[in-house]
Amino acid sequence: MRLEPRTDTPLALRLLAPVGAVVAALALCALLVAWTGAPVLRAYGLLFEGAVGSRFALTETLTRATPLILTGLAAAVAFRAKLWNIGAEGQLYMGALAAVVVGGGMLDLPAWALIPVVMIAGMAAGGVTLLGPAVLKVRFGVDEVVTTLLLNFVVLLLVSMLLEGALKDPMGMGWPQSAPVVEAAELPKLVERTRLHGGFAIALGLSVLLWLVDTRTIWGYENRAVGANPRAAAFAGMPVTRIMLRTALLSGGLAGLAGAAEVCGLKGYLTLDLSPGFGYSGIVAAMLAQLHPIGVVGAALFIAGIFVGADAMSRAMPVPNYIADVLVAASLLCMLVAGLLARYRLRRG
Amino acid sequence: MSSPVKGGPEVVLRLAGISKRFGPLLANDDISLTLRAGEVLALLGENGAGKTTLMNILFGHYVADEGTIEAFGRPLPPGSPRAALEAGIGMVHQHFTLADNLSVLDNIAVGTESLWRWRSDRGAARRRLLDLSQRFGLEVRPDALVGDLSVGERQRVEILKALYRDARILILDEPTAVLTPQESAGLFDTLRKLTADGLAVVFISHKMNEVFAASDTVAVLRAGKLVATHATASTDRARLAELMVGRSVKPPAPTPLSPGEPVLELAGVTVASGHGRPLLDGVDLTVRRHQVVGIAGVSGNGQTALAELVSGLIRPESGRLSLKGSVVEHGDPADMVRRGVARIPEDRHSAGLVGAMAVWENLIAERYHDAAFSRFGVLRRGAARTYARKVIEEFDVRCPGPDARTQLLSGGNMQKLILGRTLAHGPDLILASQPTRGLDIGAVSYVHSRLLDARAAGAGVLLISEDLDEILALADCVTVAYHGRLTPLLPHDRVSVSQLGLLMAGHWDILRDILPETVHAA
Repeated sequence: MRLEPRTDTPLALRLLAPVGAVVAALALCALLVAWTGAPVLRAYGLLFEGAVGSRFALTETLTRATPLILTGLAAAVAFRAKLWNIGAEGQLYMGALAAVVVGGGMLDLPAWALIPVVMIAGMAAGGVTLLGPAVLKVRFGVDEVVTTLLLNFVVLLLVSMLLEGALKDPMGMGWPQSAPVVEAAELPKLVERTRLHGGFAIALGLSVLLWLVDTRTIWGYENRAVGANPRAAAFAGMPVTRIMLRTALLSGGLAGLAGAAEVCGLKGYLTLDLSPGFGYSGIVAAMLAQLHPIGVVGAALFIAGIFVGADAMSRAMPVPNYIADVLVAASLLCMLVAGLLARYRLRRG
Repeated sequence: MSSPVKGGPEVVLRLAGISKRFGPLLANDDISLTLRAGEVLALLGENGAGKTTLMNILFGHYVADEGTIEAFGRPLPPGSPRAALEAGIGMVHQHFTLADNLSVLDNIAVGTESLWRWRSDRGAARRRLLDLSQRFGLEVRPDALVGDLSVGERQRVEILKALYRDARILILDEPTAVLTPQESAGLFDTLRKLTADGLAVVFISHKMNEVFAASDTVAVLRAGKLVATHATASTDRARLAELMVGRSVKPPAPTPLSPGEPVLELAGVTVASGHGRPLLDGVDLTVRRHQVVGIAGVSGNGQTALAELVSGLIRPESGRLSLKGSVVEHGDPADMVRRGVARIPEDRHSAGLVGAMAVWENLIAERYHDAAFSRFGVLRRGAARTYARKVIEEFDVRCPGPDARTQLLSGGNMQKLILGRTLAHGPDLILASQPTRGLDIGAVSYVHSRLLDARAAGAGVLLISEDLDEILALADCVTVAYHGRLTPLLPHDRVSVSQLGLLMAGHWDILRDILPETVHAA
């Protein structure tokens, strides 16, 4: 058996690849579910029901998907330019940090003005966090996988220090958490009596906007050229360094926005468990979507559904909700294989 | 198809019905060949005709789908280079397979001695090497490091390595691609000595003059098929070219034009390399309108730096670069394009085009900021596609359409795409770096005629090429690059190939004979 590259990948195959990967991941994890002694089909049925089976379940899934869409877009934008940003988690916390600082009462503005200011502050904080590794990469060739990954821990320790010190909420009964953002900085709810907030609409709008930018504008054109062949882009006269740094700002900004939206839309204040790994799951979402901005929405909804559904399932059956982590990780691995099969043809002999 | 020499010496190699398929591509289609002792067989064909595939099958790198090979009357087991070596077949690859950090002797002896002996018998190895080297006039220093050798010397080491292993059939894959004309002549001398000793040689080439200089028999491959086998003496260039391409080809014929005002002037330009000798060392050069200036030279003598300089990728350390009389202070690629420089890069795959993007996207890559292609940062995709369709038609780019992915195009069509991108705007200066490297004859003549058209229209052309035939066919003036310096411009009708070869090897003292009026120049 050997692999031969396909000259062209048909659209149907590109759409089928993630579906196939998800089915394969579900099949693999069925073995684990069966191992716990639970009936597999009923377990998956409960998982599905828990993800989308009711108004509550559905809005919970959408709420959970909001930061995933944004971190997924952050990864997709960066990966397209071959900037391997593994630091969305840290950028998310920097965005959240900026949100509680700027939205914590230091500005006395009405909601229509304060919300954009806080969101932009979050984006700026996230963007600047990635700018450092990006500058090191273009100037000195420092591997950004290492720098962005390790910066995650630096940021978490910084946040931890601030939550125990300067930013600690005096009314917080001693918990390491920040003071809540003011009411004017809170994102409005999208559906009454649920947790679904305006951040979801922002995320959806941004994914469409990014798709338009990518396909219709000079910006997107330059980004794609630099990502696919920086040498040819430079030869043609594109400012490659500037484009890389711009991409870094955008990618980090999207991750920062995820953090700011989580604070202002959902939690209200900053703690160290704001994100259960949204930055890393965003990478999975981007890969499942084959780095397509619209596809990221679908991929994020899938991952969010698995997590929310698995919580519901684990309450009714003896299957731990860690199965969600396994499922998501398995679908990433399956997606890498599916991507290979979509680009290559398997031949005998 | 039988060899034209009936009877004669012993047949040492017989290929029968060799076929090899790579996916949809039939690389070798039912090829049968015989080779006799003392014969030099030239395997002539365009890129992609299947020459290298056939030789790789012979040497055991690939396994043929069909067909058999017999060496010295015995069948050769397929797919084993070791079996080929033991049968007396030696191969000299296009890219040498030597270890730079070992001496010549070690490179030759490696792999020939048993791993289970206490010590290697270097004395015997050295004697054997010197004996071979003397017998065939292949001069080498056994103790020199291969890393310090010139390309021609390395090739001699490769040939000696094959002889050391008792090769009786020698395969040379495009042996002259990296040699100066003098080195090539030396190689052909060696081949004659080898065949006088009863060896048989197959050499792969796509250059006509070598076929006539060195071979007894020529086999022409086209699109995987063996289209003809002739005794070299009984055929001629035009006929071979037609067999190779499948139709008749006209060589370019530049009409004489008197040069106009200068478009490119370099004055004392130096580019440092960061270590040791500068890449360009005080270069003076003028290219005028209606003029093709050819830069000859063995690769690595500053041509790449010169091309990057005129492309706007690097800037001179010292000295001055002027275009159309105005000094370029901070040239970058976009600036060069704005100033009317059409740039054809040396490496069209990695520097010229973004393979993953569509044809139309590559066609506007140098001028997407123009109002014709974008407004307020939004691409005018309709206009760009219409423009692309026009260029595709005008420059005869064979592709499914403007939305086709560029990497699916053949090399010749990629080059036409680059020509279309740069020449469609009436440039003042054309920088053509190895514009026909790796192209087949049809595409080569297309590129040449486009360059000559542009010259007639008033552009100056700076042609950098390792192909002397190309330079002499197109250029009005020639200059030779050696160690980062350029000779004064030599009119093409006052310099011969052998003189160019000497200049390429650094013998600049002969400039006195070519240009008596500028004795002090070198």
